Amino acid sequence: MSLALRRQAIQWLPALAVFALGIGAWQGLVAAFHVQEFLLPKPSEIARTFWDERGTLWHAGIYTFKEALGGFALGSGLGILAALLFAAYRPLGIAFMPFAVAANAVPIIAFAPIMNDWFGLLNPFSKMAIAAVLCFFPVLINTLRGLTSVDPRSIELMHSYAAGRASVFRRVRIPASLPHLFAGLKIASVLSMIGAIVGEYFGGPTNALGVTILNASAYTNFPEAWAGIVLASAFGILFYGAVALAELLTTAWDPSRRAFHTE
Amino acid sequence: MNDRPAVHIKGVSKQFKAGVTALSGIDLEVRPREFVSLIGPSGCGKSTLLRIIGDLIEPSAGAVEVNGKPAHRARLDHDYGIVFQEAVLYDWRTVAKNIALPLELLRWGREKRARRVEELVELVELQGFEDHHPWQLSGGMQQRVSIARALSFDPALLLMDEPFGALDEMTRERMNLELLRIWDASGSTIVFVTHSIPEAVFLSSRVAVMSRRPGRIAGIVEVDLPQPRSARTREEPRFFELVTEVRERLAAGGLELEPAEEAS
Ligand SMILES: Nc1ncnc2c1ncn2[C@@H]1O[C@H](COP(=O)(O)OP(=O)(O)OP(=O)(O)O)[C@@H](O)[C@H]1O
Ligand SMILES: [Mg+2]
Repeated sequence: MSLALRRQAIQWLPALAVFALGIGAWQGLVAAFHVQEFLLPKPSEIARTFWDERGTLWHAGIYTFKEALGGFALGSGLGILAALLFAAYRPLGIAFMPFAVAANAVPIIAFAPIMNDWFGLLNPFSKMAIAAVLCFFPVLINTLRGLTSVDPRSIELMHSYAAGRASVFRRVRIPASLPHLFAGLKIASVLSMIGAIVGEYFGGPTNALGVTILNASAYTNFPEAWAGIVLASAFGILFYGAVALAELLTTAWDPSRRAFHTE
Repeated sequence: MNDRPAVHIKGVSKQFKAGVTALSGIDLEVRPREFVSLIGPSGCGKSTLLRIIGDLIEPSAGAVEVNGKPAHRARLDHDYGIVFQEAVLYDWRTVAKNIALPLELLRWGREKRARRVEELVELVELQGFEDHHPWQLSGGMQQRVSIARALSFDPALLLMDEPFGALDEMTRERMNLELLRIWDASGSTIVFVTHSIPEAVFLSSRVAVMSRRPGRIAGIVEVDLPQPRSARTREEPRFFELVTEVRERLAAGGLELEPAEEAS
């Protein structure tokens, strides 16, 4: 193992220890105080259910993750396009951004039932739509901030080379916006899973993870509900991690990132 | 070259919106192939004047012509190589790609670009740092990248705003000599801002001394030291006389140069 890798591993040790201790304490306390299963099942119980039901759970997880991914791609893509448009045509941005900022503060998830009505309960697009709307605003707002808050001198320099608008966008504004874009995408990755699952709570096919969790708890099968929640969390964390990894690979040059790492 | 001025500043004034009068009634002619330094107290409008020459900001009054064309035309014709007071590098580009940026915009081919970058990296002594990113460089190294970038396409007019401010004395003197060599070889005209009186005298054909706000040109010192200059030049009695003359011009009317550490 290389030195850097070993150092990484050592850095993770405390977090792993806390995780193990936490699970252990949960198990111990639930057993010691005879907590009712519907309140909180033991981790061992959840793990066993997870294993027994792994086939169905996995398929449900994948189904829901695909909805989240679709919504993420759609919402983030449109968010990026809108940000480019608003940055290129300032009057457009000035006219529309107040609404985007306001919409970002609205609990958009409340529209989930409406989406189910519009696109159909069983149609995965109804969940994608809600995830997409959730992703759209943070990606738009962050990307636009990145595109417009560029050091004016770096634009001046481009002007001194008689660079045109398109060139300034391609060579300065877009690369400079990447750290902001990823800040938006990381938020969106989390929101897209929330959107898909909550959308399913308002109704969806039985092979969806949200519906599985809902039904399990309705039929007092709490370990299965918890197993579903664990899986949803795992997908959420992995998705976030994948976006963070893409960020790491594309913005290694970012000095603010360095400052953070050397802290 | 013909005899029309390389830079002709005609009655240029600049008021900023905040109500600051940065420049007032500046007249200056820079001859082709001349090396003119601007020196003056901090805040007297040197950077502003350079930006106006480079058509990066508009003067409130007056006009600037470069090689007989309006400054705007000159900018579109890629006549300017600018080194700002700060390095202004692009964080996402490596040293080599930062230097190559103007060449990309001028649509040089990849091969030709690479060759030119190699020469320039050697010139500013950054060999081995081609693939580093700006955050991995010291302030002085960053400034050298920005100098290499400005020189990359042999612009007709170099506008340099305290380019050597962040360098140590030894490197600075070496870069001074390099700059003179480049100036001599390229046939470009240079307008150079500095806070260092000896540097201004050593480099320039003429030193324009500016007065405190609102910035005006308080006087022009002809530097009649023989060309080409060398490390010896700094030891000549005439060099010291000229340094004294510039210092007195600056001091005249209660004008003083900011202390070096404030000069940023
Ligand atoms: N964009 C701006 N808006 C308002 N005022 C400005 C602006 N840029 C410069 N100024 C003002 O114009 C004056 C001259 O500024 P400038 O940067 O040209 O000075 P300078 O001679 O280059 O100083 P230094 O030697 O410290 O670099 C200053 O008083 C400054 O506050
Ligand atoms: Mg300045």
